[in-house]
Amino acid sequence: MEHNIDNKPVMIEMNQVNKWYDDYHALDNINLKVRKGERMVICGPSGSGKSTLIRTINRLEEHQYGQIIVEGVEMTPDVKKIHEIRKEVGMVFQQFNLFPHLTVLNNITLSPVWERNIPKKEAEQTALELLERVGILEQANKYPGQLSGGQQQRVAIARALAMKPKIMLFDEPTSALDPEMIKEVLDVMRELAIGGMTMMVVTHEMVFAREVADTMVFMDAGKIVEKSTPKEFFSNPKEERTRQFLNQILNN
Amino acid sequence: MKTIVEPYHGDRPPILKSGALNWMKNNLFSPWYNAVLTVVTAALVYILVTPLWRWAVTDACFGTTPDVCKGSHGACWAFIQDMWPVFMVGTYPSDQRWRVALAAGMVLLLIIATLFRALRKKRLLHLLWILSPAVIFILVRGGETFHLQYVPSTQWGGLMLTVFLSLVSMIFAFPLSVLLALGRQSDMPVIRSVSVAYIELVRGVPLISILFMASVVLPLFFPPEMEFSKIMRAMVGITLFFAAYLAENIRGGLQGLARGQYEAADALGLGYWKKMGFIILPQALRIVLPPMVNNFIGILKDTSLVGIIGLIDLLQVAFAATSNPKWLGKIEEAYLFVALFYWIMCYSLSKFSRILEERYQL
Repeated sequence: MEHNIDNKPVMIEMNQVNKWYDDYHALDNINLKVRKGERMVICGPSGSGKSTLIRTINRLEEHQYGQIIVEGVEMTPDVKKIHEIRKEVGMVFQQFNLFPHLTVLNNITLSPVWERNIPKKEAEQTALELLERVGILEQANKYPGQLSGGQQQRVAIARALAMKPKIMLFDEPTSALDPEMIKEVLDVMRELAIGGMTMMVVTHEMVFAREVADTMVFMDAGKIVEKSTPKEFFSNPKEERTRQFLNQILNN
Repeated sequence: MKTIVEPYHGDRPPILKSGALNWMKNNLFSPWYNAVLTVVTAALVYILVTPLWRWAVTDACFGTTPDVCKGSHGACWAFIQDMWPVFMVGTYPSDQRWRVALAAGMVLLLIIATLFRALRKKRLLHLLWILSPAVIFILVRGGETFHLQYVPSTQWGGLMLTVFLSLVSMIFAFPLSVLLALGRQSDMPVIRSVSVAYIELVRGVPLISILFMASVVLPLFFPPEMEFSKIMRAMVGITLFFAAYLAENIRGGLQGLARGQYEAADALGLGYWKKMGFIILPQALRIVLPPMVNNFIGILKDTSLVGIIGLIDLLQVAFAATSNPKWLGKIEEAYLFVALFYWIMCYSLSKFSRILEERYQL
């Protein structure tokens, strides 16, 4: 799935980003550029800071030093700006985080109706189209608790897409799923990638990464250890730490 | 020894022995210590209930004059029958009592209408509910404009006053407590400290002293030409007091919610009030429904403290009625009757909350 993104505009830029939890250095001088249409997969051992990294992009986590620029807007404590950026950046969580008291349809239409002022009818139409795209149109009027994990995650993707985001962040989207449900979620993500969505994906699914990613990022101890194309990354990793990690994860 | 169990071929579960006798045998009389417990309990209930039954029913006398009770050892329910209207409305003028009855009847009709599923979604019913407080207020208070005799709030009393005080306090304490709970969780230091200070201050003071303060101190804050009736002051006091307790309960719900719910709402770009209103509060309030109803029951019962600032609520009416020369010393009957009414109201509240819990379970 290779495509050329080198001369596309930069969507996300991180310059010397640092974050600490008390004394723990969670992000250590992170520098990254994500271009329009780029599919970036971030991997690394647990606790390496990959989730923290993508969560700083829509400021679910605050960074304490450095610069994060999303679509030309620098992330500052300004609530209004954070708000505008969040509307443009969709996020999918490991635990789905659907709203259990709302139907699938209302989960998807809530934000478009109230934050984008889209008429309810129109928002519902879009929601149904999205549900069809992720293959669970028939679940529209059910509650999240009545769906399987894989179905819930697909609703979560549809919910994020309903805001028509320019960037999608995936924070270990398949880690909480039973093995037979992982594929249905990855299929949806693959389709998104084909559609040209700018994506940052934290995942351990290396087959998916090899197939879909433009860029692989390997993190350890809050640092970016290696960043390269999937071809190089899997066949010829430069760093010893990367090799170790790949050995472990691929031999499993 | 191993018994052979045949495979089961039916498509329904096998029918077990049932019936009242079987149930009793299984639940009350086996094993032997259960049987002993059953017998002892039954005996105790018999010993305790028989005298009460004899007093309250067998030997009781009914009527409307004190004469029927002369020489009787039983309860004198004639007292209740005679004083019934006073228990209900206190010193409300007797020729105007129909207005209260009318208001109560209207509310009862609304409640019955709401019990019908088909009517529940009707706009008209919602409108009637919204209008009902104003209509009740006009009916009970009266005044020239409505061609009704004006009945000042000093003459309101009895069960009517108890219900007024508790309902109004509940209705106003609830939104205030939501704001306090949100304030306590706020990122803004000023709002947070004000909320914490309010909650901790009010929770640390007994309701009685708040009622005293409300009746003595409150008028000092307002210009003298603004008059607060005693009832108003009591309502303000009770509302402010219970808002602090409710706020702590609601905070529990806010904290009990998974962090992912907050994050998902944030990630979707929902603003603070939309996030709270659509996502967080609906779930948090469901979690804390049982303790909230517990608080409401507390409000209802604690309105009986308003006697201390000179209001004649249901409990005070009982005191007043027993000091009526005609019915001197009918204290047992009065207390039992009042207790029964409090119990009916509290039990209805708790039943209502069970229904809500079942309907809105997550």
